[in-house]
Amino acid sequence: MTSSFPWLSLLLVLPLAGAIAMYFATESSARWIALVATLADLFVALPLWWLFDPQAIQMQFTEHVAWVTTPPIYYSLGLDGISLPLVLMTAGIMPLCVMASWNAITTRVRGFMAMLLVMEVAMVGVFIALDFVLFYVFWEAMLIPMYLLIGVWGGSNRLYAAIKFFLYTLAGSLLLLVAILVLYFYGGHTFDILAISQGSYPASLQMWLFLAFFAAFAVKVPMFPFHTWLPDAHVEAPTAGSVILASILLKMGTYGFLRFSLPMLPDASRAFTPMMVVLSIIAIIYGAYMALAQVDLKKLIAYSSVSHMGFVTLGLFVLNQQGIEGAVLQMVNHGITTGGLFLCVGMIYERTHSRLIADNVGLAAPMPQYATLLVIFALSSLGLPGTNSFVGEFLVLVGTFLWSKAATAFASLGIILAATYLLWMIQRVVFGVPSPHHLPKLRDLSQRELATLVPLALLVFLIGLFPNPFVSRMHQSVTNTIASMSRAKVAPTAHPSAGGTAPLLAESGEQLNPQGPSR
Amino acid sequence: MTLYGTDLMALLPELIIVVTACLIIALDPITPASRRDILAWLSVGALALCLGLTGGQINVLNVRVSAFSDLVVIDAYARFWKILLYGVTGLTILMSLPYLKAERVHLGEYYGFILLALSGMMVMVSGADLLTIYLGTELMSLSLYVMTGLNRSKPRSLEAAAKYFVLGAFSSGILLYGISLLYGLAGSTKLVSIAGAIGTRGADDSLVLIATILIAVGFGFKLATVPFHMWTPDVYQGAPTSVTAFMAVASKAASFAAFMRVFVEGLGGLKGDWSFLFLLISVATLVLGNVVAIVQTNIKRMLAYSSIAHAGYALIGFVAAGRGVGASGGTPGLASIMIYLALYSFMTLGAFAVIGMLRKGVVEGEEIEDFTGLAKRQPLAAFLMLVFMGSLAGIPPTAGFIGKFYVFMAAVEAGLAWLAAIALIFAAVSAYYYMRVVMVMYMRDPNPSSVAQPRLVTSPALSFVLACAVAGVILFGLFPNPLVSFALQSVLTLK
Repeated sequence: MTSSFPWLSLLLVLPLAGAIAMYFATESSARWIALVATLADLFVALPLWWLFDPQAIQMQFTEHVAWVTTPPIYYSLGLDGISLPLVLMTAGIMPLCVMASWNAITTRVRGFMAMLLVMEVAMVGVFIALDFVLFYVFWEAMLIPMYLLIGVWGGSNRLYAAIKFFLYTLAGSLLLLVAILVLYFYGGHTFDILAISQGSYPASLQMWLFLAFFAAFAVKVPMFPFHTWLPDAHVEAPTAGSVILASILLKMGTYGFLRFSLPMLPDASRAFTPMMVVLSIIAIIYGAYMALAQVDLKKLIAYSSVSHMGFVTLGLFVLNQQGIEGAVLQMVNHGITTGGLFLCVGMIYERTHSRLIADNVGLAAPMPQYATLLVIFALSSLGLPGTNSFVGEFLVLVGTFLWSKAATAFASLGIILAATYLLWMIQRVVFGVPSPHHLPKLRDLSQRELATLVPLALLVFLIGLFPNPFVSRMHQSVTNTIASMSRAKVAPTAHPSAGGTAPLLAESGEQLNPQGPSR
Repeated sequence: MTLYGTDLMALLPELIIVVTACLIIALDPITPASRRDILAWLSVGALALCLGLTGGQINVLNVRVSAFSDLVVIDAYARFWKILLYGVTGLTILMSLPYLKAERVHLGEYYGFILLALSGMMVMVSGADLLTIYLGTELMSLSLYVMTGLNRSKPRSLEAAAKYFVLGAFSSGILLYGISLLYGLAGSTKLVSIAGAIGTRGADDSLVLIATILIAVGFGFKLATVPFHMWTPDVYQGAPTSVTAFMAVASKAASFAAFMRVFVEGLGGLKGDWSFLFLLISVATLVLGNVVAIVQTNIKRMLAYSSIAHAGYALIGFVAAGRGVGASGGTPGLASIMIYLALYSFMTLGAFAVIGMLRKGVVEGEEIEDFTGLAKRQPLAAFLMLVFMGSLAGIPPTAGFIGKFYVFMAAVEAGLAWLAAIALIFAAVSAYYYMRVVMVMYMRDPNPSSVAQPRLVTSPALSFVLACAVAGVILFGLFPNPLVSFALQSVLTLK
């Protein structure tokens, strides 16, 4: 389906226009401009949910304009069932980030909001780019804004955290650039992601390329043992920065695995599956254990992210329909739930100026609304049935079960540990008995704060109770991805696939995992 | 040898530049100090005139006009570099106006020397004979020695000039020795004849190899590649900032242009040998440049090491050209160097323009610490510096990324993916020191107790330079097509 209206470009242009407008704005109007720009982006993104055709096997809303002639690089955009929920999630989270920063950011507001908007352009761009170089440009373009967000508006140890984030992610992604160039020369002289995905490459080359991809994506996810930048960055970043990191940035890593590693390097992906599963399970259990030991709320949630993202990579690399669908759903779920948790921590930090659990005890009495929402997000995070994460984690575990029963058992440990650290946190923060001299008078959530948290809480239940609209939209795309891994490949040609709408597969391939019952 | 009118017409831009330079030096004593700006505008006018002439000189690409019995050629390749050099020189002159006044060394002969250096560079990029190229190199270098020592009251400036002169003269000697060996072998200093002689003698003739190595060493000094880089940090730090910018950009570009012509047109038969030699040099250069830049506290010194590292990146394109296989041969590698250096000019000029603006009382603020809290006091200048630093680090969507992209693409095409991987890892290292400048500007608050807060001295000319530089960095980062196709067309005449 080729849409004549450039929806996706509009998604990129709106925040960019907002960012440029910041140059002319005053400090007080900056917040409103940012809110309007992000909300406008959300209202452009929302119709895509209904305009999207779940049955189509092609990229939708495509745009295809020549950018550079030698080598042929295209400004090529498109959506499929995997990127659609991620784009919507990004567009939905960003207005909340603006609202969460309303009072928290008092210095250089214009700059802050401009950086948020530039981040939105880059993040949406990553999810909709269909040209490998364009993807890489978006992927790297977010480094400097994020570096500034952490380094300028962050906590006390922000300089260290900012440069650590910057160097870790840059070092990883530079190897990705070499891999992209190698693929160009092996893959028929094209940067078209769909065309490259259709090619077949020698097994030994695939191994090298997989490792280069892994360097970029595993740092971003972050997978164990490349996760050490995450707790630092999360703790030092301002609330909006933490939310962007947890909800959106981490998903770019798993999105990369799903969009590039699996379809382009199927043999290597299969060969590395045991390693990836083991690393995922280590991340799940290690992240959960680390979370248990934290006294700082932000660090606790940061380590819980490591653990939860372990589920996502686990679901991706068991390489079956259930696992991958669960992983994509879990990417969105983690964005909603962890975003909500970080927003909650930010709100309590604005009141007590401490993120330590010990300083924020017994909030149920003074702040009942806050306590309710915090409990909802915590329960969602630990995967209570009826909430969103239950559906995602369940699908991942079903997928894992088909691959290995032992792995499933170990991964399930992560859910039990998640219940432990989250409920223990709730017990102290919500229901604990505060020391009498400690708590100042705390006011409950303001209208603005409620408006920030309630939409996320509603989504928790919406996805938890009615997951079908979400899963059905990604179903066809996941099927395509799996099919493209097992199909006999042909060397891709340099043709810029007509209008960028080349189908991911010409004939419907068989599923990789024949014993997997179709859902 | 008979002189023809056509020969003189071919060299008309060079002649105009030389005549203007002499005119400026003659006019300088009779121009009152308050009206010395006129000399700067005169030289900019000459540059504009030459830009028009050079642009119109070759209407058809692939045409190679030889003049003075093949001593110089006027081709698309030379035209590419000349246009770049005019632009760089013009921007340097505009940048110098306020800078030299602030430094109280606004001397008229400065503009004369900068034009003389330019004419030397123009001879270098057009030279088709080793002696012509040598002549151009010396004209450029001698002018630069003088310009380095322009600030006579500063011992550091004089020391830099002396060091630069001694090491530069030494390297010229080595270059000349290599040339003389080649003359002995070929009976001519013309690049074409040398290529022919190497073809008949064979590539494994030891005398040919020694001559090649000597010439490589001579150019290595001019390009500031490791291990011939020793002069760079001291000279870059000591020279007036506008001269540093000129050296880092123009003299590097001209040296690369001549270097590429000599090794491709003259010594192309030894590709296999020199590409291995430059492989070692490029790795050493980018490793040392990037690692040593980390520990610098003076920003001019840091940019000196960074310019060493950038020469290493550009050399990767040359290695790729030497290893080039298939129909395209070495063209992608050579074109990538041209693209890289053109883009590098914008960001480096921009960075030095910001440095030249920063004043601490009457002296120049050139420590990295002097940039502390610049974002609060001068948000626009800090943002421009952020763009230049990001571009030098190669972060998209800036020009620096495009430059690296084409160099690494040529490397991967030539089967050197591992070399690209090493270079990219050191690009991550380089990001550390570039981002440290950003960190200091944006994330540190200025020390309230310090008396002399560095401030910025702006002027319309300087604003114009910065606008050009930032426009180049961002526009070529977003729309590299015009530059890329220009370079790809121009490189075709090099064979």
